[in-house]
Amino acid sequence: MRDKRMTADEVVGEIKDGMTVGIGGWGSRRKPMALVKAILRSDVKDLTVVTYGGPDVGLLCAAGKVRKLVYGFISLDSIPYDPWFKRARETGAIEVLELDEGMFQTGLRAAAHRLPFLPIRAGLGSDVLKYAPELKTVRSPYDDGEELVAMPALKLDVALVHLNRADRHGNAQYLGPDPYFDDLFCLAADRRYVSCEQIVETFDGPPQTLLLNRMMVDGVVEAPGGAGFTSCVPDYDRDEALQREYAEAAADLEKWPGFHERFLG
Amino acid sequence: MSDITRAEVCVAACADLFAGAGETLASPMGLIPSLGAKLARLTTEPDLLLSDGEAYLLTPESTVEGWLPYRKVFDVVAHGRRHVVMGANQVDRFGNQNISAIGDHAKPTRQLLGFRGAPGNTINHRTSYWVPRHSPRVLVDAVDVISGVGYDHAVGPFHDVHRVVTNLAVLDFDTPDHSMRVVSVHPGVSIDEVQKQTSFPLVVQDVTETRLPTDEELELIRTRLDPNGKRDKEVPS
Repeated sequence: MRDKRMTADEVVGEIKDGMTVGIGGWGSRRKPMALVKAILRSDVKDLTVVTYGGPDVGLLCAAGKVRKLVYGFISLDSIPYDPWFKRARETGAIEVLELDEGMFQTGLRAAAHRLPFLPIRAGLGSDVLKYAPELKTVRSPYDDGEELVAMPALKLDVALVHLNRADRHGNAQYLGPDPYFDDLFCLAADRRYVSCEQIVETFDGPPQTLLLNRMMVDGVVEAPGGAGFTSCVPDYDRDEALQREYAEAAADLEKWPGFHERFLG
Repeated sequence: MSDITRAEVCVAACADLFAGAGETLASPMGLIPSLGAKLARLTTEPDLLLSDGEAYLLTPESTVEGWLPYRKVFDVVAHGRRHVVMGANQVDRFGNQNISAIGDHAKPTRQLLGFRGAPGNTINHRTSYWVPRHSPRVLVDAVDVISGVGYDHAVGPFHDVHRVVTNLAVLDFDTPDHSMRVVSVHPGVSIDEVQKQTSFPLVVQDVTETRLPTDEELELIRTRLDPNGKRDKEVPS
């Protein structure tokens, strides 16, 4: 079996300007921050970022890496709003596709199943469709004749996810209460990279926690603390103090360079 | 029991949102709706299902009775056995709600959370709103961005915006054109005050006073559900 271990910088070396990058986790939970940091250190630009967004979004916006953002929400959970994301939106710095969070999942699922779209009710009647005229509806071919949103596949060039454990071959395990959508991100992407708290020879715990198998993964990065200040339970909770520091610096452009330098180490 | 606070009235009004819900997932956002859902579970709605806000369904004794990570929450949304109580940066006359952005969505004056699950919730199952500070800036004539779908934009078989509970009143859409109506004003609040704090004309007929919590409910709120009185920070008396 192949040994897929690599470094975070090697992962980012696979990301080219203009690519569509999906980032796993949810809000400020189990974000692949070690991989995000490697993007911040790199020259790559003009990315389309697809994410249930947390501080990954603010950091990438701050570094000018984002051309377009596809999201259902951006939040730091214990802090509702991300100041960098707000600034990027309020200055019109980024293009956006803002979706209902169920539509977002359905788009990933369509990509994972190699379908052009999947139907969903969410979005009908709301302004999601008004601000995204590229989204179409489809009529049920059956007797009900119901009109539904034809959610297009959200195809990813690259998926970046962070799990608790992985082996060198790309099998990976979550140990917290929620898998989020990391498996779907991997299935929707051409190139799939998982960072983990620890690389192991064999897995402990119930087999249902083995979220990713090696068919779904092209590279494995061992990155202890790799979710940064976002939570990665049971290995660690969110670092609320560091997150507050991030949010305060993000809200104050004079404080930002100092924080950014410290954060990138 | 005496000295019943406005916050306690709001908790009971939120509990009443779930009347008749049965084995339904209650998804309250914010402290007062959460206390309301727990209160309903402990009193009139023992079959209600409650999540811990993460991935577990918990009994009132905090025993795990189920697993509901986000992916399964989305299944429940589509399946429809759910009553969500969302917040609202804006909510309008016909029950449209905005948690996305203030101003022009292309370049907002104030970016908010995003659409989140509001479009899917409102098109799939019963939805109510909680407004801790009833004011003309929140109760607007028309929202800037439609996140949650109101009656004038409703489509499909499952749209059901139930009620809006605020720090001043309980409101619903049970009128011929589904425009917002005052159901009850909280004790000590006048109908004029509610209208003054609302940007559009409310339907006012047969308005009652919001009920007081019972002694049993007060006991539960004060000693079991919120012994540290966090509710008074969300709704000062």
